[in-house]
Amino acid sequence: MHRLYLLPTLLINVVIILVPAMLTIALAFFRWDGISMPVFIGLGNFHALWADRVFWTALTNNIIWTLLFLTVPIGIGLLAATLLLVARRGSMFFQVIYFLPMIIATAILARVWQGMIYSPVSGVNGMLQRMGFPTLDPLTQPSTALIGIATVDLWHWWGFLCVIFFAALRQVPQEQVEAARIEGASFWQMMRYVLLPGIRPTITLMMIMTVIWSFLVFDFVYILTQGGPAFSSEVLSTLAYRSAFYDLAVGKAAAVAVIISIFGLIATAFYIREQAREFDQ
Amino acid sequence: MRLIESRATLLLTYAILTILLVITLFPIALLVLNSVKPAAQIIQNPLALPETFRWDNFTRAWNDARFGTTMLNSAILSGLTIVLVCTTGSLTAYVLARRKIKSWKIVTFYLLATTTAPIQLFLFPLYFGFARLGLINNAVAVSVVYTAIWSPFAVMLLRTYFLAVPKELEEAALIDGATHWQVFTKVMLPIVSPGILTVALIIGLYSWNEFLIATTFLQRADTSTAIVSFFLLSGQYSSDWGEIMAAALIIVLPVIILFVLLQRRFIEGMAGGSVKG
Repeated sequence: MHRLYLLPTLLINVVIILVPAMLTIALAFFRWDGISMPVFIGLGNFHALWADRVFWTALTNNIIWTLLFLTVPIGIGLLAATLLLVARRGSMFFQVIYFLPMIIATAILARVWQGMIYSPVSGVNGMLQRMGFPTLDPLTQPSTALIGIATVDLWHWWGFLCVIFFAALRQVPQEQVEAARIEGASFWQMMRYVLLPGIRPTITLMMIMTVIWSFLVFDFVYILTQGGPAFSSEVLSTLAYRSAFYDLAVGKAAAVAVIISIFGLIATAFYIREQAREFDQ
Repeated sequence: MRLIESRATLLLTYAILTILLVITLFPIALLVLNSVKPAAQIIQNPLALPETFRWDNFTRAWNDARFGTTMLNSAILSGLTIVLVCTTGSLTAYVLARRKIKSWKIVTFYLLATTTAPIQLFLFPLYFGFARLGLINNAVAVSVVYTAIWSPFAVMLLRTYFLAVPKELEEAALIDGATHWQVFTKVMLPIVSPGILTVALIIGLYSWNEFLIATTFLQRADTSTAIVSFFLLSGQYSSDWGEIMAAALIIVLPVIILFVLLQRRFIEGMAGGSVKG
């Protein structure tokens, strides 16, 4: 009887995710334009990607993105969370504001940054240029486009981490903190030996999630630059999307999707191990 | 927990927190400020306060983004998704919280694993399959896709609520002659209703804001969501940024009002959902 309760969730999940995922893995070995019969070409799609400069740019960009997001937002989030712990009064207010960008649609945040900040015509950037500052629109320069996009994502993301770390910090056992205080620990010693070790599981989990999410990043890139200029800000997910729906190279898109998933899978293995540990408690 | 009492440290703390606050609010303030300014004045200075209030930015945005239709589409899509996720999710969460058998564990880990699967891994066959079945531009089909993607999150969150219900309550009802179904609907659901409300809020927010799936599956003007029509409006070359910011504010305002009223629920739901799986 109880088994039936699982049916709706599992059925939807299998039909929407599992079966199409299997088909994608199969499609990676075919040439298919989405309409005619797929043609089996073995590793052809992967060979083509290996020789494709854009693919390597996209992969590199994903790796840069991962490294950036493993350090900057986690660093700012931890700093802000500990400061909230020190401040105490008003911490709820600060927390709510820091979280605010997370509830606004990515499409809207992207356009606000694009039009109101980066744009040389309507944005703050344009105003600075007219005042004589040599600022450029980062989104239009191949060397800075990715950083320009990452800045928007960082800005909207770190507050979420701050809230999570703050919640975790407050659960560090009071006795440990008291004991360290009686021993005369300074703030930094408190951080180093009590607080950070206390929230290590949370930090680890967030780092694993960061790796997974960094290979999924799509919205901000697609909206802000579409991977341009000259593919300089292309990431794997926009490359796959463009291949499937613009170039109608669905097999190639599937191959890229499989490669994204391999990176995700490695991180997911760690993720599930962490979760299993929590689950057994 | 007072870590440090020195005034200088406290001052520095608040200074840094305030700088971060300003950085967070700056783009959002620009959104609100420029939604009531004429395009020409935005180009002159996006930071200046409005000289004249252009309220017609909002009426033009409403008409050009066809919010009459697209907001309704978004509301219907969000509503459908909320109902689907809450019903299927609470059933699954109840079972996963109550049974401690090996196969339930496999189900749990399977669901966890799918939350980390990239959308591109299933998007392409799904799209071409839906196209063949005539399910493109169909809100119900999209809400099923959303349900598949977000129900693991809902299940994990609701599971913690079900776990908190004492087992004796369920056993007592069974002894009194209630069926399993009655126990679930009459005893369990009312107790976990705060959890269901949280899930409904978060899922509503996610589907209201979602971009990738919506822009792929809802292409026709009369089926697209508010976010997609905003994206198309703001992507035109002859852009009136006053109008675009007004359109943005129309979409964001209901979300912000709900967030201010129910901040704790939002934060617990979103942060808890990803920390605890």
